[in-house]
Amino acid sequence: MHLLNLTLSPPTSITTAVVGSFSGAKGQEILAVRGGTKLEILKLNTGTGLLDTICTTEAFGTVRNVAGFRLAGMTKDYILLSSDAGRLSIIEFVVTPTPHFESLYQEVYGKSGSRRIVPGQFLAVDPKGRSCMYGAIEKAKLVYVLNRNAEGKLFPSSPLEAHKNHTLVVDMIGVDQGYDNPMYAALEMDYTEADEDSSGDAKDRTQKFLTFYELDLGLNHVVRKWSEPTDRRANKLVQVPGGQNAQSERFEGPSGVLICCEDHIIWRHMDAEPHRIPIPRRRNPLAQRGESSRGNIIVSAVMHKIRGDFFFLLQNEDGDLFKVTIEHEGEDVRALRIKYFDTVPVAQSLCVLKSGYLFVASEFGDQQLYQFQSLGDDGDEQEWSSSDYPQNGDSDAPLPYAFFNPRPIQNLALVDTLPSLDPITDAKVVNLLGHNSDTPQIYATCGRGPRSTFRTLKHGLDVSPVVASPLPGVPNAVWTVKLTEDDEFDSYIVLSFPNGTLVLSIGQTIEEVNDTGFLSSGPTLAVQQLGNSGLLQVHPYGLRHIRAADRVDEWSVPPGCSIVSATTNKRQVVIALSTAELVYFELDPEGSLSEYQDKKELPGNATCLSIAEVPEGRRRTPYLAVGCDNQTVHIISLEPENTLETLSLQALTAPPSSICLAEIFDTSIDKNRATLFLNIGLTNGVLLRTVVDPVDGTLSDTRLRFAGAKPPRLVRATVHGAPAVLAFSTRTWIVYTHQDLLQTQPLIYDQLEFAWSFSASMCPEGLIGISGNTLRIFTIPKLGEKLKQDTTPLSYTPRKFVSHPYAPIFYIVEADHRTYGPKTIERILGEKEASGSRVDRTILDLPPTEFGRPRAGPGHWASCLRILDPVANDTISTFEMDEDEAALCATIAYFPQGNGEPFLVVGTAKQMVVTPKSSQGGFLRVYAIKNQGRELELLHKTKTDDVPLCLAGFQGFLLAGIGKSLRLYEMGKKALLRKCENTGFPTAVATINVIGARIIVGDMQESTFYCVYRSIPTRQLLIFADDSQPRWLTCVTNVDYDTVACADKFGNVFVNRVEQRVSETVDEDPTGAGILHDKGFLMGAANKTDLIAHYNVGSIITSLTKVPLAEGGRDVLVYTTISGAVGALIPFVSMDDVDFMSTLEMHMRAQNISPIGRDHLAYRGYYAPIKSVIDGDLCEAFNTLPYPKQQGIASDLDKSVGDVLKKLEQMRTSSAF
Amino acid sequence: MSELRYTANTQLEQLHARYTGTGHADTTKYEWMTHQHRDTLASIAGHPPLLAYLAIADGECQARSKFEVIEKMLQPCGKPPGKTD
Repeated sequence: MHLLNLTLSPPTSITTAVVGSFSGAKGQEILAVRGGTKLEILKLNTGTGLLDTICTTEAFGTVRNVAGFRLAGMTKDYILLSSDAGRLSIIEFVVTPTPHFESLYQEVYGKSGSRRIVPGQFLAVDPKGRSCMYGAIEKAKLVYVLNRNAEGKLFPSSPLEAHKNHTLVVDMIGVDQGYDNPMYAALEMDYTEADEDSSGDAKDRTQKFLTFYELDLGLNHVVRKWSEPTDRRANKLVQVPGGQNAQSERFEGPSGVLICCEDHIIWRHMDAEPHRIPIPRRRNPLAQRGESSRGNIIVSAVMHKIRGDFFFLLQNEDGDLFKVTIEHEGEDVRALRIKYFDTVPVAQSLCVLKSGYLFVASEFGDQQLYQFQSLGDDGDEQEWSSSDYPQNGDSDAPLPYAFFNPRPIQNLALVDTLPSLDPITDAKVVNLLGHNSDTPQIYATCGRGPRSTFRTLKHGLDVSPVVASPLPGVPNAVWTVKLTEDDEFDSYIVLSFPNGTLVLSIGQTIEEVNDTGFLSSGPTLAVQQLGNSGLLQVHPYGLRHIRAADRVDEWSVPPGCSIVSATTNKRQVVIALSTAELVYFELDPEGSLSEYQDKKELPGNATCLSIAEVPEGRRRTPYLAVGCDNQTVHIISLEPENTLETLSLQALTAPPSSICLAEIFDTSIDKNRATLFLNIGLTNGVLLRTVVDPVDGTLSDTRLRFAGAKPPRLVRATVHGAPAVLAFSTRTWIVYTHQDLLQTQPLIYDQLEFAWSFSASMCPEGLIGISGNTLRIFTIPKLGEKLKQDTTPLSYTPRKFVSHPYAPIFYIVEADHRTYGPKTIERILGEKEASGSRVDRTILDLPPTEFGRPRAGPGHWASCLRILDPVANDTISTFEMDEDEAALCATIAYFPQGNGEPFLVVGTAKQMVVTPKSSQGGFLRVYAIKNQGRELELLHKTKTDDVPLCLAGFQGFLLAGIGKSLRLYEMGKKALLRKCENTGFPTAVATINVIGARIIVGDMQESTFYCVYRSIPTRQLLIFADDSQPRWLTCVTNVDYDTVACADKFGNVFVNRVEQRVSETVDEDPTGAGILHDKGFLMGAANKTDLIAHYNVGSIITSLTKVPLAEGGRDVLVYTTISGAVGALIPFVSMDDVDFMSTLEMHMRAQNISPIGRDHLAYRGYYAPIKSVIDGDLCEAFNTLPYPKQQGIASDLDKSVGDVLKKLEQMRTSSAF
Repeated sequence: MSELRYTANTQLEQLHARYTGTGHADTTKYEWMTHQHRDTLASIAGHPPLLAYLAIADGECQARSKFEVIEKMLQPCGKPPGKTD
């Protein structure tokens, strides 16, 4: 078996983001690292106020840190990356001709992989761009001097070492010293003594040091300049501006660092008195007597310079932003001040744009862009200053608590949200829409805590409807037309009915008009604004050229025939007559239509015609495309020297129903100008796309796609100012260009018969379409989105969900650790009130989606079970669990008592703590399902001695994975009855899959076990095969009876198969005696599974589903990851394809396209060698290579570049999207 | 570190000094375990998806999880055993 890995939707989580002017142009860009593996440049569109993605590229490796730096005298920031490639990477963002990243420098310094002593975890840059430091978590630090060589090219020096053995680093930054020698600060801990002292005192005595490293640029070496103990719980350093301004000699700031510790922030610098302030905290109304509350830490920080001054925004674990300012005189700090600013979602990175925006790269869920309304200078928010405390707050004892009251945002205003799927905790791929959809949808539970959501993902572009109004009949076409060439907006809507034509005028309202000069007694074939101020109507018996209200030129067809098809543009008109003849008209200098003297005879009746728009600066478009009913398409010249001469011809597999020529930009074909595409819709529902050669009109590079069960009608339209082609079949498809590449996507909308561009003052960039007997005006808000999302909010982190066996209902189990449930909150408040303490409920009344819930200690859980209707996107009801009971898994099971009705079983854990693992046991809750799945009734709870992590229904029983044992339960009246168990699993049962009589159990650390259930002579669960390798499983799915696809915690996905001989022997053994007496092999079961495919995706896979994704496509494995990506593993059908793709992959590997210089083979074989899986994403990067390289690879493959591209597209579209 | 004592004046000395965590014939179970745990914890902090996985399971934010993971590297396997001569 060979598989092709394709990403369907790229990861959305941002692991780190930096701001800088990477393009060198005006304005700033944000560089975001998506899912740790994808680099993306975001830029604020000042017109719309939204963030646009300018460029993305796959790193094919884990990007750990990014930083921007600017060499002296430059206007552009370079990008410095640290990654798991063991290299220093410097890349440049280049805007022309198309935005892309260029690798400037790759310097190997260590082993690949994210390791303990290989630098890369920390990356610090000198603010003046003179040097940088790469640090590892332990020991290693390397300093590079960023020089320029004689040609002015960037040229880093060889690294200088600043290693210190047995030292752990918590954080590292560059210190701003102006133009003094570059300095770096690190928070360090030495473990030498702790490792030696068996009493454990040394560990408690271990101090954390703030250490300054100075790079002496004159001597070219690094010294450990200064090291002083600081707070033991310091976790983060923040750079403080320093150095003198070259002109005014004024100090920019006091330099030094802010040390963020638990509950405190300290300013420190060499030879200066420290200043310390508390981190304000929220009052916790749920704090109970004797409960020690944990300190709060700063999780992200940003420093911003504004008009010679600077301030910091620091964010704590609850998402509260604090504004920190430093009052200083020269280099002396007078006071360090802090005040509450606003509350935003907890961020991985905060980025402040100079134009006054704050980008919050939220750690889970949607990312936000805020605009600053004020800097919080006024207002009555309390401020804490270090000068208010003795010795500026510098003492060993903690400072008194500072309390603030969180409130809705005041200083910021939300302007844009980037929808983000991460983390996807579970997903199902299924078609719940029945006949309304050809393809399955992806249903995913996303997010964490109160910001969790349930999302429905549908393939296609979202449409936002503007108007829908009924019509007197069912029209078959609609056009909009301007009155003159220079009009901004359209003036008329023309509707063609089988027996008449209706003209509507667009003004304040849309109303019918009769004095337009259009013939209204019959249908219309085409409408066009012609020349400067003419209008043209083509009807079956002639042409009407309306040159003014009182002047109409008419042309009538010869008697006995009619017009079957027509095509027009601003200067040209071509009509096909029922006598298989073509008539060609062109606008003459006087502005009237003149007929070409000859008619063109066709070999068959024309079914459809198309000409492109007149190219800019030209008099005419040179080509006409004609589709004939003898299954051919002709390209006919319209040039004066060979008018109506057939240039080329293509045979088709079915008669063409519609045809459309359009010039669309696609860099993979032509990087400089738009390509003329011929789109052909066939009567069998297939959509063909062919490139027309601009010189001789020959046709090449045909791409094919199944559009739907109806013959597609094609229309050229303008979408977002660029030409696009619409195809109307059972689904509406749109062919357009996005980020300079051609895209073909369906619209998620009702079935349309026809549509046309629509431009009016109320809707400048819309489309007008017909669906049944309604007229629809709609827009496509965002191009380039592959999946449309519909969101339903959830209460807590979703853990798992199951679907009702036949009704479209999902049951979601949600649980949040370190949180109190509503019942617990009421109990605590009740107790406190009863004991006479005053309780302030204001914090509890704030919306948890923005402010979170009050934090509780470990072992406290809030959890619920939710019934959700995924079609209506609505929660039907929720059931809160008991106090500290966490619902972790659920399944549908059938029991004999149910008379064929299903039951829902939910596994819960009581007071579970994740690390170190502990719990008070768990429960199995059995619910009866009523009213088509919309109601549940709790029947009983069964206590278990350990945590149930997975459940499955099995032959009228329930299988439960409880701790290390797999148990079989029978339904009883008051509880579930344990019938038999197998306790032979090494760590914990994490997954159970049932296929027929076979049970496949996944262990948390030790991969899969194949089991069978035997009831003769006694009930037994027997293991007959297992895996020879340890695997930390996250999810398992059956591929066939003998084969499973599994994913593990390290981002691997693999396929295991048990030998068919073993499989058959086991199935033929009714008592299981053979299995019992088989001799174990390698300290496990007698039989081992074979690994048949292995691949590293780069992120943890949380769900695997085997399902056909495309209409009429084969089964593929769809996976979702914790970083919010959706991908598919597609099985190959022929060995020819395997050979082709693996050779292409080999060539692509040789191109070293990774911007971080990670070896592709090593990355995809991160933990185990890659096996039988081809990286489709790498192959598809062929699209972006320069043409000579493409040609080199294609010739090695004995193909043309077009053929390779076509093959790549076909691999994707035939099975996925 | 104790392993350096045993390997003094051998060609392995440099290797041990350079590659923290390299074992030798007299590595104790505690030393080995500690190295394993430190490697694992460093790997969790260094792989964003693993850190996210841990943070979601534990109900913490990623920065807190990362901080605690690095702090834990100080003594991941509890107190060292006493000297037995």
